[in-house]
Amino acid sequence: MSESDKTPVTVLTGYLGAGKTTLLNRILSEPHGKRYAVIVNEFGEIGIDNELVVGADEEVFEMNNGCICCTVRGDLIRIIEGLMKRKGKFDAIIVETTGLADPAPVAQTFFVDEDVRARARLDAVVTVADAKWLAARLRDAPEAKNQIAFADVIILNKVDLVTPAELAEVEARIRAINPYARLHKATKCDVAISEVLERRAFDLDRILDIEPEFLHVDDHDHHDHDHGHGHHHHGLKHFHDEEMQSVSARLDGDLDPNKFMPWINALTQEQGPKILRCKGIVSLKDDPKRFVFQGVHMMLDGEPQRDWKAGEKRESKVVFIGRDLDEDEIRRGFLACAA
Amino acid sequence: MAENSLTQHVASLEAGEHVIAAAFLSDEPALALANGAIRLGDRNVAAHPQGAILCAALDGDRLLTGGDDGRVVATSPDGATQMIGDEKGKWIDAIAAREGALAWSAGKIVRARDAKGIVKTWTAPTSARGLAFLPKGYRVAAAHYNGVSLWFPNADAAPQVMEWKGSHLDATVSPDGRFLVTSMQENALHGWRLGDGRNMRMTGYPGKTRSVSWSHDGHWLATSGAEACVVWPFKEKDGPMGKAPRECGVRPHRITQVAFHPRALVVAVGYADGLVLLCRLGDAAEILVRDSAPDEGAISALAWDKTGARLLFGTDAGRAGLLTLPA
Ligand SMILES: [Zn+2]
Repeated sequence: MSESDKTPVTVLTGYLGAGKTTLLNRILSEPHGKRYAVIVNEFGEIGIDNELVVGADEEVFEMNNGCICCTVRGDLIRIIEGLMKRKGKFDAIIVETTGLADPAPVAQTFFVDEDVRARARLDAVVTVADAKWLAARLRDAPEAKNQIAFADVIILNKVDLVTPAELAEVEARIRAINPYARLHKATKCDVAISEVLERRAFDLDRILDIEPEFLHVDDHDHHDHDHGHGHHHHGLKHFHDEEMQSVSARLDGDLDPNKFMPWINALTQEQGPKILRCKGIVSLKDDPKRFVFQGVHMMLDGEPQRDWKAGEKRESKVVFIGRDLDEDEIRRGFLACAA
Repeated sequence: MAENSLTQHVASLEAGEHVIAAAFLSDEPALALANGAIRLGDRNVAAHPQGAILCAALDGDRLLTGGDDGRVVATSPDGATQMIGDEKGKWIDAIAAREGALAWSAGKIVRARDAKGIVKTWTAPTSARGLAFLPKGYRVAAAHYNGVSLWFPNADAAPQVMEWKGSHLDATVSPDGRFLVTSMQENALHGWRLGDGRNMRMTGYPGKTRSVSWSHDGHWLATSGAEACVVWPFKEKDGPMGKAPRECGVRPHRITQVAFHPRALVVAVGYADGLVLLCRLGDAAEILVRDSAPDEGAISALAWDKTGARLLFGTDAGRAGLLTLPA
């Protein structure tokens, strides 16, 4: 089955009260012509009639490798298997997680389970955050921080309840943890549904640009990307989160696959519990194709993608988001993989 | 393989929907379909008009089905349906039946209904993915995370727990009641000798095993999940411990369904590419029942009739066929 035949799955996370249910109800009530199967934790929160609403138990199971970070959602495997018997009755799946959930087991389910992988693909992790309370939650709730770190799309909701200065601060705090997610400011989750669904953020062949979105601060898409190394902070107040950070590294030219593959495998094996997500596009020596990969904790998925174009600069870029990452060590290790 | 073929003895049947299970009700071939209907002979029985069938079990001449409409329904050979359980929209994840009794699960809820219709309920520690009746007494094995619980519905005592770390999916008990076997999330089977609780691991599968079948003498367990039908020996006191399994039907395609013949050591094997073979255990001789047809789906159901004269099969793309063995 090709990637495009697989059912896309959007994971909706967000701390308690951030507005997740508001977003879900909007998705289900708007006339977009798509039919969604929705996997929810609490029946009754959804105000819309939908015959394909499935209750989940959020059963997080450890894998049998004895590692605490290697977890999957057992109930999700079962539900997706069952939903596939209704294939043709819906176009996409939305998984709502509880406010206190760690997104990792959900995402890892799509890496680990062969049957789920064969039929469904993770489209994006969408996190709804409360502009007024997020800063406080980032201090006292590790779950909230995980949800921000994991996100491909962040909806910063209830921006009408904060001052411009407060908004700038909460945004900078988000960026300190996750500079790569798409960030949308909203009141009552009023973002275009197309910005939330069908993002293909988890598709390896769509990791086209992993430059941080530092400069997209005002949501008006100024295309002034800094193609240097993504560590400038034009006018944006900069925070360093004590615990969670992102590390990106870039290298002109090729990597030696005999150095890079063992390095990335060893790094994710050894530091998997600390690494929440990683992504990369790399140029392997003598390989005409770009090699793209991404991972969640210890689980890595990578494949050769399209050919490098004539005249395209061959370069390699990697990004890690995690806890207590040793930035210098990661960058040194990566640069040592040069061909 | 061409000279050893039964393909001309196969009649094609109209299913039209993903076939969840196959069975014979009296003599009538029955296909439980994903659209909630049961194709019984050339009739359609609306067993689950509002839902999809998720699981099925045969008990004598009744087909019991569980759906994503939360209902447990019994269908008789005359096409009459009876609603036996209603979990108010909660999916029925597993169903098992024996001699008029049945058991089903919906998430953590496990219910057993005896032949008189008395229903007892037990709550599993996590979702009960697989159920099986033990051959003696009124006792249900329920597979869940980190093990299997053996529940006496008519006793107040807490179920006996057979522990093994990991997520257990389907459960089956050997016909003599000596062994309990589960399929697991991590491409392995786990077994217990019920007499002393001794564990046995059956590993090496490239995929999950979701179909198993005991031989009529109870000495062998045929399993799906590999590119050969892996058949484990259970005749000896130690079961398959320390023994290599037999393999038959080796092909470069994943086996999705297995069904032992009710009287002979012959196993029907269905593959992901739609091919069906009969394999004789003794000499691994093979006879083709249905040729490869990847566009017509993977074999998703296989069943012999009581005497082993006919074999019914279906695919997940809505194709089905009935083999009548030449006399
Ligand atoms: Zn781990």
